[in-house]
Amino acid sequence: MAVAGYAGPASGPAPAQDFDMVDGPIKAFAIATVFWGVVGFLMGALIASQLAWPLLNLDLEWTTFGRLRPVHTSAVIFAFGGNAMFCTSLYVVQRTCRARLFGGDDMGWFLFWGYQFVIVTAALGYVLGVTQGKEYAEPEWYVDLWLTVVWVAYLIAFGGTLLRRQEPHIYVANWFYLAFIITVAMLHLVNNTALPVGAGTGKSYVVWSGVQDAMIQWWYGHNAVGFFLTAGFLGMMYYFIPKQAERPVYSYRLSIVHFWTLIFLYIWAGPHHLHYTALPDWAQTLGMVFSVMLWMPSWGGMINGLMTLSGAWDKLRTNPALRFSVTAVGFYGMSTFEGPVMSIKAVNALSHYTDWTIGHVHSGAMGWVGFVTFGAMYYLFPKLWRKTGLYSEKLVSWHFWLATLGIVFYITAMWVSGIMQGLMWRAYDELGFLQYSFVETVAAMHPYYVIRVLGGLLYLSGALIMVYNLWMTVRSESLAETHAVAAGGFVPAAAE
Amino acid sequence: MFRFLRDHGIIERNLILMGVLTLLTVSIGGLVQIVPLFTIETTIERVEGIRPYTPLELAGRDIYVREGCYTCHSQMVRPFRDEAERYGHYSLAAESMYDHPFQWGSKRSGPDLARLGGKYSDDWHAAHLRSPRSVVPESIMPPYAFLDRPLDTEAVQAKLRAMRVLGVPYTDTMIANARADLEAQAKPDGDVSARYGKARAAAFDGNPGVVTEMDALVAYLQMLGTLVQFRDVTPEQVRQQ
Repeated sequence: MAVAGYAGPASGPAPAQDFDMVDGPIKAFAIATVFWGVVGFLMGALIASQLAWPLLNLDLEWTTFGRLRPVHTSAVIFAFGGNAMFCTSLYVVQRTCRARLFGGDDMGWFLFWGYQFVIVTAALGYVLGVTQGKEYAEPEWYVDLWLTVVWVAYLIAFGGTLLRRQEPHIYVANWFYLAFIITVAMLHLVNNTALPVGAGTGKSYVVWSGVQDAMIQWWYGHNAVGFFLTAGFLGMMYYFIPKQAERPVYSYRLSIVHFWTLIFLYIWAGPHHLHYTALPDWAQTLGMVFSVMLWMPSWGGMINGLMTLSGAWDKLRTNPALRFSVTAVGFYGMSTFEGPVMSIKAVNALSHYTDWTIGHVHSGAMGWVGFVTFGAMYYLFPKLWRKTGLYSEKLVSWHFWLATLGIVFYITAMWVSGIMQGLMWRAYDELGFLQYSFVETVAAMHPYYVIRVLGGLLYLSGALIMVYNLWMTVRSESLAETHAVAAGGFVPAAAE
Repeated sequence: MFRFLRDHGIIERNLILMGVLTLLTVSIGGLVQIVPLFTIETTIERVEGIRPYTPLELAGRDIYVREGCYTCHSQMVRPFRDEAERYGHYSLAAESMYDHPFQWGSKRSGPDLARLGGKYSDDWHAAHLRSPRSVVPESIMPPYAFLDRPLDTEAVQAKLRAMRVLGVPYTDTMIANARADLEAQAKPDGDVSARYGKARAAAFDGNPGVVTEMDALVAYLQMLGTLVQFRDVTPEQVRQQ
C-alpha cells in the first residue's frame, strides 16, 4: 500500500480522507457493474448462438432473437456501462474534488436503486414485447420518464459535488463525465419524445417519423457511442491510468484540445449510419466528413492515455490490471480508426447492413469499454473494501488473455463474414445475373457465427474468473485502518 | 501560439461556464443536421399513392415493432444495381413518412423487407412465419407460430387518434370506423377501399373466422413498398435538395 509516488496538488489543504466520502452506494455500483456485465455477456453468447443454431430460440415468444437482442445491448451498454459510469464518476469526483458527494449517502442510494429499477423494468418490457422499436432506445415512455428523474438527480449530485470542491480547478476526468451526463440528457429527451396511445397502456408512438426520425435516432444512437461509451469512459481513463501508472497525464494541452474537439465533432457523425438511404445527400456528406475528422481527437485521447505510461511501461509486466486499462486504449485507437474508414461512403456501401458493423461495435465495446472498466474494477475493489491488494494477480492475467483471445476470435470472424456477405450480395455471374440468392449468403455465415460464439464464450469465461477473483478479494483480510488513509485524495497533476 | 490554452483555466474554475459551453458545443451538430430536415420541403419526395396504414396494417406494424423484426431486417433499399435487382426500386423518404417510429433497420441478417409486398402469397407468409425452416431450410429465423392467436383490438381507435395527433392524416370517419375496417380487411369478401384506396382484404392467415395477430402482420408485410407506382414517377418528383 503505497502513497502515490508523484506530485499531488502543489498547495491546498490536506487530502480529505476516505471515511469522509460516500462509498456504500459506490460499492453497490461496483458490484452491479460486474453483475450486469456477466448478464450482458451471457445474453450476447446466447443470441449469437441463436444465429448459429436457430433451435435455441426455443419456440417461445419471450426468447426469440428479436426480443432478446435489446436485452443484450441494453445490459451491456446501459447496465454494465451505466453502472460503471455511476460507480467511477461518483468515486472520482469525490476524490478529485476532495469533497463528499452532494446529497450524501441518501443521494447515492437513490441513484443506485433508481437506476437498477430502470434496468429491470426495461429488460422485463423487452422480454414481454414492450418496446418503442428504436435501436438502443427501446424502453417505453414510462421507463424513459423515470430515467429522466434519475438522470437529473445524477447531474445534481455530480455538479453539486463539483461545486463543493476544495481544488480550484476541475480535473480533466470530470470534464468528460460532465459532458457525458449533459449530452446524454439532451439525446435521451429529444430521441424519446413520444405520445402514449392511451392511459393505462405501455404503448406509445414516437413523435418523429420517417426520415426525420431516422436522423434523430442516429444522432442519438451514434452519440450513445460517442458520449455514453466514449466520453464517459475517457473520464475513467483520465483518472485510473494515471493512478495505476503513478504518472501524471501526459499532456494538459492535449487534454483541452482533444476534449473540445471530441465533443464538438462527435455530435455530427450520426448520418454515417444512413449512407445511401432516403436521408438527403447533404446530410450524409456532413456525417461522413465529420466522422473522418473525428479520427483526430480520438487519437489525441489515445495518445494522451498511452503516453501517460512514459517511463512506466515496465508496470505492464507487474500490474495486470493496468494491462487491461492500457490495452483498452489500444482497442480504442483501433476502433476509432476503423470507424472513420467505415463512414466513407464507398466503404460503407459494402459494410453497411453486414456483420462488419457488428464486429466494429464489439471491438469498441469489448476491447475499449469492457477492458477499461475491468482495469478500473481491479483497481477499485481493493480500494473500496480496504484490502492490501487483489486476491490473485495471476487470475487477472488469465482473465486478460482469455478476454483478448475472445475479442480476436470475435472481430476476425465478423470481418470475414461481414466483407464476404457484402461481396456476395453484389456478386454477378458471367451471364449478368445476381450470383447468390439471399439465403445462400445466410448459409455461408454459419461457420463464422460459430467462431463468434466461441469468442464470446472466452470473453464470458474471463469475466467469470474476474467475479471469483473480486469475490475472494472482498472476503480477504482487511487492511488496518491507519494504512488506508493515504489511498484517496490525490489529483493526478498534469505535466506542462 | 496556443496562448488561448492558458485562459482555459477560467473555464476549469467555473462549473457553470463549463457546463454551458459544453451544452452549446454539443448542440450545434444536431441543430444543423436535424432542423433543415423539417424545413426543406424537398426532403420528402412529391409522389402519389402514400396513404396512412389501415387499422389492420397498423396493428401488424405494431407486432413487427414488438417482435424486434428490425434487429434482423432492414426496410431501406439503397440505390445500387444489385439491390434494385434483388429488392426493387430504391426506397423513398415519402414511403416511411407516416412511420412512427421509422423501421429502416441497420442489419440484414435476413433480407430487406421494404418491397416485400406481393412477392409471396399470403399462405407462404403464414407458413413461413409459423415455421420458417419448413419453407426455407437454410433460414435462421425464429418461429412465430404463437401469432395464431386473436388480435387485441381494444386500442385500435386510440392508436389512430394518437397517430392523428402526430400528424398522420386519419379522418374522423377513419377513426369512427377503425374497428369495422380492421375486421373487414381480415375477411376474404371484406372491403376497405372506401377509406384506404387499393388496400387488399383477405383471410391473411387462411382462417376467416377470427382476426389473429398473424392476419395483422401478414397484411402489413403484404403492403410494404406497394403504395408508389414507380412507372408514373418523374425524376423531378423524387429530387431531394
